Amino acid sequence: MKYLDEYKDPKLAAQLSRQIYKITTKPWVIMEVCGGQTHAIVKFGIDTLLPDKIELVHGPGCPVCVTPLEMIDRALAIAARHDVIFCSFGDMLRVPGTGGDLLSVKAQGGDVRIVYSPLDALKIAQDNPKKEIVFFAVGFETTAPANAMAVYQARERGLHNFSLLVSHVLVPPAMEAILSSKNNRVQGFLAAGHVCTVMGYREYSPIAAKYKVPIVVTGFEPLDILQGIAMCVEQLEEGQYDVENQYARSVRAEGNVYAQDLITKVFCVTPRKWRGIGEIPQSGFSLTPQYRDYDAELKFNLGDIKTQESRDCLSGLILQGVKKPHECPAFAVTCTPEHPLGATMVSSEGACSAYYRYKR
Amino acid sequence: MDTWNCPFPIQQYPCVLLAHGGGGKLMQQLIEKMFTEVFGPKPASGLHDSTVLNLPAPRIAFTTDSFVVSPLFFPGGDIGTLAVNGTVNDLSMSGARPLYLSLGFILEEGLSMDILWRIVRSIRKAADAAGVKIVTGDTKVVERGKGDGIYINTSGIGIVECEGPIVPASVQAGDAILINGDVGRHGIAIMATREGLDFQTTIESDCAPLNDIVSRLIQAGIEIHCMRDLTRGGLASALNEIAQGSSKTIQIDEASVPVHQQVASACAILGLDPLYVANEGRFIVFVPETQAPKALEILQSHALGQGACRIGKVLGECKPVVILKSFIGASRILDMISGEQLPRIC
Repeated sequence: MKYLDEYKDPKLAAQLSRQIYKITTKPWVIMEVCGGQTHAIVKFGIDTLLPDKIELVHGPGCPVCVTPLEMIDRALAIAARHDVIFCSFGDMLRVPGTGGDLLSVKAQGGDVRIVYSPLDALKIAQDNPKKEIVFFAVGFETTAPANAMAVYQARERGLHNFSLLVSHVLVPPAMEAILSSKNNRVQGFLAAGHVCTVMGYREYSPIAAKYKVPIVVTGFEPLDILQGIAMCVEQLEEGQYDVENQYARSVRAEGNVYAQDLITKVFCVTPRKWRGIGEIPQSGFSLTPQYRDYDAELKFNLGDIKTQESRDCLSGLILQGVKKPHECPAFAVTCTPEHPLGATMVSSEGACSAYYRYKR
Repeated sequence: MDTWNCPFPIQQYPCVLLAHGGGGKLMQQLIEKMFTEVFGPKPASGLHDSTVLNLPAPRIAFTTDSFVVSPLFFPGGDIGTLAVNGTVNDLSMSGARPLYLSLGFILEEGLSMDILWRIVRSIRKAADAAGVKIVTGDTKVVERGKGDGIYINTSGIGIVECEGPIVPASVQAGDAILINGDVGRHGIAIMATREGLDFQTTIESDCAPLNDIVSRLIQAGIEIHCMRDLTRGGLASALNEIAQGSSKTIQIDEASVPVHQQVASACAILGLDPLYVANEGRFIVFVPETQAPKALEILQSHALGQGACRIGKVLGECKPVVILKSFIGASRILDMISGEQLPRIC
């Protein structure tokens, strides 16, 4: 397939692998930020093409994984209401909350629907004027424009039975949180190509300069990732710490300014809690006061939610790149995709799920 | 057959009523004016509680399957074609020649009689195409809201004329694994029609009866060790089931598994792996390496095998796993899926 097959070419992959072997003289720890990259690395066996000196650690860029337990529990409470049609992206449905997941709410009679785009949820709102339609707005900067567009259009069309349960998070503050942690081992980053397609990469330059780490904006196909690693290793070996763009076929320095305009109309930056990591200042989006009528948290007064995380789950350390999934005693023993203890075992982009599927 | 007029008075009963499953006159009318009209004349001895069959061989294969697909009609087929082909294919995978099917309907009160009529005709058309007869049936009606329009169960009987059991335990180290075409069409065709996943493709379901293409292999004397039709769970699940049933290691080359460009695109957008997406007219066959070229030639010469190719082999090791050689040449485990594949966020 055009624009996909070219980036899976085994000869070019072998060539890039040889190049990385040639330039690597010291051990380096590189973090791929995005869960989609983690998945591709493990699925295509990219890590097996690298010298032992290069260690890839998996970052927090899986939106399903970092959505806090309280938010999942709020989703479960809203979805269980008889007057609600709860719409979500598919991979949120199996994420365990304190008392079950969205699939079990559906089994007990809740109207929970998978949609591919928040605009599909808007159509459901239009078709079901007597129901409240709630869309679970989860994700990084990548999904923010479409979610913003849904609210924007709901307002334009005068639809009042539509709201978002917002749990949006931002990549740069999470990278800073990892770099400033005393446990940090990360020496270079592969930044998330799709996030940068929306936001551009200018905001990464101060991070690269402050923490002296190279950051390479990287795509998601095997050759993208190998090339991103090669560019990152080259900088590390030469003691440089610049922001470079491997994913130039999709990413411009300024990003998608139209999408950014829409985001700033609808969302404002706010502190957010990250599952397994804790609260990070200025690390997420919430709806601006102008759009507060579309905020499901305000619309459905849910009161206090008491949550209980599994004591055996190490997903917080895994999301920060401190531990690998197979270093968790619960991995593949008490924690499996059928009975996940944490979200990293659920999402197709979660590191534990990727290791369970491809690396046991 | 498409212009066949329904002798059942649809204008009088535009929707299925509870009484159509109640055992009285309305049910009798539905059976006589719609079902026996389409599936064959009432026997001279009258309708009875069971059918007596004369089977031309002592070894028979017997299977059953239930069909609950939504939507009922999709590009390339409908619940009726699935109900016939699904059971025909399950019989074929044991090397059996399918002969007779039963047909059980669970109808929801309020189902449009026109829809039922369309499905009944489509069942007959699929049965004719597969060369099987519907010889017995049952109809129940459940209250409105307690069903999804229509559920169908079919059971089937076929005769086994080939030697050697065609089962996972017969798989041998060194066997070649062949497939009759590209994977993932049915699942993507269904997904494209469901509410909430608004994307457009021209992909049609691959739903088809596999008995003829399988019989060509058997008639040509191909020593078939195992076959499996790829339904829910797709190619990956079928391979894992056979690896477990045979206690053998299977190796697959990802680049050799055919995937239609539109299926690959839809999967890339939705975050699905085509190896796990459902099919209804694809199967894999395990044959000795020496017979693989001939078997491939037979498959490719059939209308349902034009895209046939070799996708892997059985290794000498006795660990029941499937190893996938990825596009870039690295190896990993191809596991069974847990639950359903769910479209991802970004």
